[in-house]
Amino acid sequence: MSKITVPFGPQHPALKEPENFMLVLEGEQITEAGINLGYNHRGMEKAAENRTYIQNLYLIERVCGICSHSHTTTYITNVEELAKCETPKRALAIRTLFAELERVHSHLLWLGVAGYEMGFETLFMYTWRDREQVLDCLELLSGNRVHYSINTLGGVRRDISAEQKAGVIKRIDYLVERTNYYIKLALEEPTVAARTANVGKLPLEVAIERNAVGPTARASGLARDVRKDEPYLIYNELDFKVITHNTNDVFGRLVVRALELVESYKMIKQILNNLPEGPIAVKVNMRIAPGECVNHYEAPRGEDIHYLKSNGTDKPERLKVRAPTLANLQSVQYMLEGGWLADVPLVIAAIDPCMSCTDRAVVWDPKKGKKQVYGWEELRKMSIEQYKRRGVDFSKLS
Amino acid sequence: MDAILPLAQIIVFPGFLFLAVYGLFLQWVDRKLCAVMQNRMGPPWFQPLADFIKLMAKEVIVPDEADNAMFRLLPYFALAAVMTAMVSIPVGATALFSFQGDLVAVIYLLTIPTVTFFLAGWSSSSPYSTVGSMRVLTQLFAYEVPLMLSLIGPAILAGTWNIAEIAAFFTAHPALIPAQLLGFLAALIALQGKLERMPFDIPHAKNEIVGGQFTEYSGRLLNFFLLAVDMELVVGAALLNAVFLGGALGLTGWAAIAVFLGKTMFVTFLLALLKVLMARIRIEQMINFCWKYLAPVAMAQVLFDIFLKYKVG
Repeated sequence: MSKITVPFGPQHPALKEPENFMLVLEGEQITEAGINLGYNHRGMEKAAENRTYIQNLYLIERVCGICSHSHTTTYITNVEELAKCETPKRALAIRTLFAELERVHSHLLWLGVAGYEMGFETLFMYTWRDREQVLDCLELLSGNRVHYSINTLGGVRRDISAEQKAGVIKRIDYLVERTNYYIKLALEEPTVAARTANVGKLPLEVAIERNAVGPTARASGLARDVRKDEPYLIYNELDFKVITHNTNDVFGRLVVRALELVESYKMIKQILNNLPEGPIAVKVNMRIAPGECVNHYEAPRGEDIHYLKSNGTDKPERLKVRAPTLANLQSVQYMLEGGWLADVPLVIAAIDPCMSCTDRAVVWDPKKGKKQVYGWEELRKMSIEQYKRRGVDFSKLS
Repeated sequence: MDAILPLAQIIVFPGFLFLAVYGLFLQWVDRKLCAVMQNRMGPPWFQPLADFIKLMAKEVIVPDEADNAMFRLLPYFALAAVMTAMVSIPVGATALFSFQGDLVAVIYLLTIPTVTFFLAGWSSSSPYSTVGSMRVLTQLFAYEVPLMLSLIGPAILAGTWNIAEIAAFFTAHPALIPAQLLGFLAALIALQGKLERMPFDIPHAKNEIVGGQFTEYSGRLLNFFLLAVDMELVVGAALLNAVFLGGALGLTGWAAIAVFLGKTMFVTFLLALLKVLMARIRIEQMINFCWKYLAPVAMAQVLFDIFLKYKVG
């Protein structure tokens, strides 16, 4: 049978964000897969250098729509470490609470997306309906559904009252019941098993070699979880298990995420019932002495790493974000090759990709075979010229 | 007058107009039922009609690579085949044009739309349509045999190849209707495959190959393909009603039509139930399922019917 090259993206119904996979097909089977990134670069790291530490909170929150709290928390941990600030215990507990609520909302969202990608729309509709409950929790606590803006330099911005606590616990109880139903469904529904078992295989050695993180790695039997390996916030005081599964396939990733939901519910209740007393924020001096700092954090999708360099002013010298999707994309190529075309959306979705976190600007000229990284000045000049050609002049704005 | 009445029947009832309107209505019933089962609101009753009018007004684009004449003609072939099939299936008490062997003719006429889908995808020569049309053909080989086998059972039992006579036979022997349960279920699942609905919407699985065989179609041409699929739902439901559920149950006039509408809607409900209950399966899983389980079940029904005929007849 002759080979067909099918472009999968950048615009494709299965992809929520622009990215491109070139698939070479022999019949229905994939013989070769190539990944092209860079459709969603926004220059955030560079933009962060022009803003103060406080203004950056707003920016970093928008690195990703789903793990907004993960990115700000990693960033703020870095800033506080450089500023040598003692963050109050209660603030750390509230940050942990938000982190787990975020994990619940991200995993439920993923469950729905997985249902959609395997053509199970009922599962998609049901999980997204139930996800409203955890979004309600977040709204109740922070006033926002997606970008909670709870972190601030030296603590958090809002305290938790007794009524709020009761409201969250009520909704979590409902979610526990629904999640048990989904776990039962995932384990018992034959078409779900047929679509996910032995799909997107990632053996343990390959997972280690390709640096898989988060649920993707844990479904390959690799117990890699920053919350346990190097506890941050108040995770060392919480009682939870690192969920692993050894089927190495999409089914394992489904089970890992579903069981992690149960662990998160447990943690949310532990935090709410043992919330330490005290202030929620302390004052921090905005001018931070020169220094460097790296921190990592277990985001819903996997390990998120931030590097921060300060230079004595109120603005960072350099910020570098390594989002979990970038680490997991290496494995996607391995998982796609040799698989079926029908499984492509599911395999890609199984790492829970977030392209806007991941994309970096490197310009590659295929004719000359030359790579070039553009700096801020050049990018700015190019964008001004681009708009000039369209009849808008931004050159007077500094 | 003698010439005008059949013409009016073909154009208005139970021919083209009725099929189109009822097809759009059943599409709405299906969408609304799925929505309710999935905890959603679902569309208002006029949504299929609104979609139809909207698509009619859209531009038709024929890809440069495609075979122009074939690309434009295929939707009409699909539509014509489905409408011709309806002529022999009883709506209400009698069929418009009934003859010995029309069951086989209807089965073959219902295969033509599938073949046009394949040709449509193949002639548009885009990667998604090519993969889609290959899947259309592969899927055809999976469900066609179980569908035919399951329809043969009742025909053997009734001792006729005439759809209206099969319906009359089951009206006369209602006790035999429950005995056809296995064959009915097999036919229902095969029909789901024929209509390319979830979990068998593999040829146009949107998150894999965008629009499948219809990716390059737009405007009026796409509209006629979609209308043909809606009409196929009516024809399929009507066929199952006549062959397995006893047709009009001996009633005449308005009562017969009411029974027809009620039972086709019941079949649509069962098809909608199948649609919401499962995840889409892969093409090779579908072939395995159809040949390993569905065809033997349909075959068992045929053998059981032969046994029954020997016992009863």
